[in-house]
Amino acid sequence: MDILKEIAEQLQQGDEERVGELTREAIHRGVAPPEILDRGLIAGMNVVGEKFREHEIFLPDVLLAAKAMYAGMDELRPLLAREGIPTLGKVVIGTVEGDLHDIGKNLVGVMLKGAGLEVIDLGNDVPPARFVEAATQSGATVIGMSALLTTTMPAMGKVIALLRERGLQGRVRTVIGGAPVSADFARQIGADAYAYDGANAVERVKALLGVA
Amino acid sequence: MKPPLERIAAGEVLIADGAMGTLLLERGLAPGACPESFNLSHPEILEEIARLYRHAGAEILQTNTFGGSPLKLARYGLDGETEAVNRAAVAAVRRVAGPRAYVSGSCGPCGRMLKPYGDTDPAVIGASFERQLRALAEAGVDLFCIETMTDLAEAVLAVRAAKAVAPAIPVMTTMTFDRTRRGFFTIMGNGIAPAAAALVEAGADLVGSNCGNGIEAMVEIAREFRRSTDRPLVIQSNAGLPEMVDGVAVYPETPEFMAAHARALLAIGISVLGGCCGTTPAHIAAFKAMVRDATGRRDG
Repeated sequence: MDILKEIAEQLQQGDEERVGELTREAIHRGVAPPEILDRGLIAGMNVVGEKFREHEIFLPDVLLAAKAMYAGMDELRPLLAREGIPTLGKVVIGTVEGDLHDIGKNLVGVMLKGAGLEVIDLGNDVPPARFVEAATQSGATVIGMSALLTTTMPAMGKVIALLRERGLQGRVRTVIGGAPVSADFARQIGADAYAYDGANAVERVKALLGVA
Repeated sequence: MKPPLERIAAGEVLIADGAMGTLLLERGLAPGACPESFNLSHPEILEEIARLYRHAGAEILQTNTFGGSPLKLARYGLDGETEAVNRAAVAAVRRVAGPRAYVSGSCGPCGRMLKPYGDTDPAVIGASFERQLRALAEAGVDLFCIETMTDLAEAVLAVRAAKAVAPAIPVMTTMTFDRTRRGFFTIMGNGIAPAAAALVEAGADLVGSNCGNGIEAMVEIAREFRRSTDRPLVIQSNAGLPEMVDGVAVYPETPEFMAAHARALLAIGISVLGGCCGTTPAHIAAFKAMVRDATGRRDG
């Protein structure tokens, strides 16, 4: 089997060790790192995302696949950096202030990384200013916010207001998601996009970055 | 007071209470604060909420200990207070329960994921549940309510922990399912039949579902549970799924709507009927009236 197909296959199986080994082997055989990333790891993660969306697989499968993806990424990262290969873009993500729910946000992080984006994950209970500062400092042009509680959703509006206040609106775009969040709510608070699941978040972020 | 399982075996349907979190927020709990912190600081508010549900007709009153396991409390630096937090919650509800209502010790997910997909050892999670459930048992709960579980492996650890620390206390265990094209599954991929089988095997006395769905989907879920097990069933439905209206979450299902649909749950033969997110004392009162009407029962 084509080694890249095998990487994608083993990633879907969640075999962390094997994905690491195969990635090293592909590097050793002289396969270009961006190609290993695209046709191996990202290709495998795309299938995982699609199957999760269709409820053919569930959260544990996605988390195991993500671990396998990270094992491959660990091998590739230094090579990609050395070759000066730019990522598709930088995204700051986090669960908003007052909210400790991070499963959905973590899943979005996995999918974004799996799509080749650089992700700065601020964790949960993130104050508005930290989102804005992290974007400014890292040069990220998209902020992704998650909330599971109806009581913490308003914190998303605060981040957007802060971006406006600092004149960053339009330069730093926002995408929001989470169980109680809707496209309507995104419009109400002036978010640039709403994503209804992890795969959709990747589409929205790519669209905001103009790399779709 | 007759033990709850005896009444259930005799065919009674017991009414449990409704949502807790929203009532705490209305009474000053800061969004994002630890709901269980109120157990130490505002026991009178817990008592007030329990009284509202008791007056509405609830015979099973839940403690404010959903996040009372040390692993979960650790997120707020309160794990050292596990015993005090759980004890205070039981004491507040006990003051209201009187001779005709049961105190049910709530126990939710620990907030960590099990190895290998997560980072936490099953033994650590089991020990965390044991510590909370022991505290609830020592404080004198009549029932345990292990709820809102989405990982069957974690739910089984909690049921085993309950049976290890207090084998005589009945255990209700409910999981949260999502509707998919292929039927109902938890986000971790557990279907209803395998969940029922594993929970019963672990020793659960009642099984069923809470949260995640409105009453209509809950009727379908209960039907599938009934096909899967002979154990008594418990259903605690949301008042639908929240809709945002002017920045405020509104749960759309009215007490009348939920009670009308809950009649089908009695036909399926469930034993405990209560509410979850978005339900209020008015919903519980409507359930109570419906059950009275359907069974001709006048007590409680």
